[in-house]
Amino acid sequence: MTQANQIVLSLRDIRKNFGPVEALKAMKLEVRPGRVHTILGENGAGKSTLMKILVGVHQPSGGEMRLDGRPYAPQNPKDAAAQGLAIVFQELSLCNNLTVAENIMATHEPARFGFINDRKLRAEARALVRDLGLPVDVNAKVGHLSIAQRQLVEIAKGLGRPAKVLILDEPTSSLSDSEAEILFGIIERLKARGTAIIYISHRMEEIMRLSDDITVVRDGSYVATRERDQTSIEELIALMVGRRMDEIYPPRLAPAPGADVRPVLEVRGLSCEGRFRDVGFALRPGEILGFFGLIGSGRSDVMNALFGMRSVTGEIRVDGKPLRLRNPAEAIAAGIGFVTENRKEEGLVLGAPLRANISMAALDGFAGKAGFLRFGRERRAARAEVRRLGVRANSLETLAGNLSGGNQQKIVLAKWLLTRPRVLILDEPTRGVDVGAKFEIYRIIRELAAEGTAILLVSSELPEVLGLADRIAIMAEGDLRATVARGELTPEIVMAHATGTHQ
Amino acid sequence: MTQTTDTNISAGREHLRAALHQYGGILVSLVVLCVIFTLLNERFMTVANLTNILQQVAVVAIAAFGMTWVILLGEIDLSIGSIIAVAGMAGAQALAFGWGFAPALVFTLLAGAAMGLVNGVLTAKLLLPSFIVTVATMGIYRGMVSLPTNGAPAMISDPTWTAIGSDSWAGLPIIIWIVVALFMFNHILLSRTTFGRRAYLTGGNREAALYSGIKVDRLKIAIFTLSGVMAAISGILLSSRLYSAQTNAGTSYELDAIAAAVLGGTSLAGGVGTMVGTLIGALIIGVMNNGMNMLSVPYFYQLIVKGLVILVAVWLDVRAKQRRG
Repeated sequence: MTQANQIVLSLRDIRKNFGPVEALKAMKLEVRPGRVHTILGENGAGKSTLMKILVGVHQPSGGEMRLDGRPYAPQNPKDAAAQGLAIVFQELSLCNNLTVAENIMATHEPARFGFINDRKLRAEARALVRDLGLPVDVNAKVGHLSIAQRQLVEIAKGLGRPAKVLILDEPTSSLSDSEAEILFGIIERLKARGTAIIYISHRMEEIMRLSDDITVVRDGSYVATRERDQTSIEELIALMVGRRMDEIYPPRLAPAPGADVRPVLEVRGLSCEGRFRDVGFALRPGEILGFFGLIGSGRSDVMNALFGMRSVTGEIRVDGKPLRLRNPAEAIAAGIGFVTENRKEEGLVLGAPLRANISMAALDGFAGKAGFLRFGRERRAARAEVRRLGVRANSLETLAGNLSGGNQQKIVLAKWLLTRPRVLILDEPTRGVDVGAKFEIYRIIRELAAEGTAILLVSSELPEVLGLADRIAIMAEGDLRATVARGELTPEIVMAHATGTHQ
Repeated sequence: MTQTTDTNISAGREHLRAALHQYGGILVSLVVLCVIFTLLNERFMTVANLTNILQQVAVVAIAAFGMTWVILLGEIDLSIGSIIAVAGMAGAQALAFGWGFAPALVFTLLAGAAMGLVNGVLTAKLLLPSFIVTVATMGIYRGMVSLPTNGAPAMISDPTWTAIGSDSWAGLPIIIWIVVALFMFNHILLSRTTFGRRAYLTGGNREAALYSGIKVDRLKIAIFTLSGVMAAISGILLSSRLYSAQTNAGTSYELDAIAAAVLGGTSLAGGVGTMVGTLIGALIIGVMNNGMNMLSVPYFYQLIVKGLVILVAVWLDVRAKQRRG
């Protein structure tokens, strides 16, 4: 085999304009069979546009693509799939009311004259699932599966037909560690078969473990390609953000409050049927309390309860006053803010401009008599938050749906900052956010704490909790297992409590 | 998500440009229709006929303002045709009891509000889809029209009531003043107040609105009630023009109201739409009805043409927005 033959997919000088906006300029990529090629870049760097061009959702404005040495110009995803490019999207594209088998085999069901052969469909799906080693029943309705299981089904769907090149767009973002291991096993098997894999992820450890080649992109342009063995996380981050990152977790700006400070939030004996039992903790102004637990440990349910979204027994006090929270409006009135886990579902109105998203939770503050909106005041407040948080957007009128993940998350933060919360709940605040925006969000959390906001930080990324929290509450199976102070924190202790192996 | 700029959401200096961007397509459709009818019939473009069109449009336009709110929220109200009929009958009965104009008017509006409230409560509190709820109440309300008279029409002789539909004030028919006033009321409520903003946000993403402290249930009930009141006003105008309350009054008006809102750019998915658009949409429907009547086009052809125009207009709109997006 000659050197040239070893490149299955090559891109040269790929450009893409959306109106006056240059989304991609001079992108280049060479993908080899049997290797994992990671595309690394901040949100908004052009990764998604590039993937959409590869699978024919968009057509490039210029440049050349070759697949197996022949010109490649897919007109739509079906065309791309027919030529051997498959993609597993980051956003789930499954039908909840259909079974696993029906989803996996969608668009290429074994059929005759338009009638689907159900038995064959199930058999083929079962073979595929067994081959991949997925822990799911092909006859189950997708709607009954956990998010993580759905992600695995999504991957199986992408593999439903043999592909020369498989694109995995943040496949592990909603997987637990053990489920991610299943995925990594699948990737190894595909590599051995000679499939080329284009991999997109923000998790550096994962990238360093899986990748053979890594291409860094920034602002729609190609930056560099490195072989994994010849680079380091530090170098990649520097290439990606275009500046050096000396410290991942910014230090405290003010000392943590002492035990003599009166707590702003006190929770005692909080229980919710079938979700969590007897949860109790106290939180002081300026303190960051980490909430750590594996998926399904009940931590998100506790947060929803604190926001009036669950009916609970037990006691919640803010500033010593007992509260009976029946809905989010009452929680907000009590001074609680909640950056939810899923920003697209519960955080943003994607079809509305970011100004309207920012003012959303504090709307009455922008209204005069009889509920008339004061647009000038709203604009000024939104602009101030956009500047303070460093949101990158063309204008306040940009639709929230057109922003990158990191900027969207900052908009959600801005929305809650405008309510001037005493207690701010952050549920997975950096999920699906690129490294650069992550650091900025950490900096914002530190600033808020320094201003006296009490922060509940829920995260399934242990380093994040260890790096930011003053104390950590560890949940497992609906119980609050332990609250550990900063000085005693080690990853081992936290994991031991979270998995229930602590003595 | 559609690339539409809503007035509440994009107030400011770019207003006029945004408005042209947004309404250009349907305004052109309206002008083209007028040009075609003018060329085909010289009596079309006269003050008398244009005034006539506005009067004919009034009943549908007002109902369509209410419908716009409901659709904006991602819901639908199919019962407004029946509410129009119940309102007319309620007014006729109150007048027949000798209540006098003002009490009869208030009673009719309250009846409309109550019927809308029932739709809203069933949708918001029992979590039934509004399509199903209002299909059911469409039948129930339509049946209720006939209760007082056993299916016979009820004559209205109150001079003030009938004057609404036939008299003029300051050179324009009263009915047009009412449409203009209600347009301004709904337009300002939607584009300038927190109530309107909350409707946009809730229609755009109900979960996000709920988590941001918007009382989504209460909003939904208020909007269905508003839709009921608008339909009741339509019913008053219709009964006034007909000098009677008919049991089949307003039949299929809900479809014209939906068509007006959708022609005007209101998205059935919720979160997008304006009163200006709905008004233009209602005018398009009115011009088509009037123009074809003047040309003596048989009713069944009119139905076919109207359906086709709606399909084409919506398709053009969707295509334009996709290209922009």
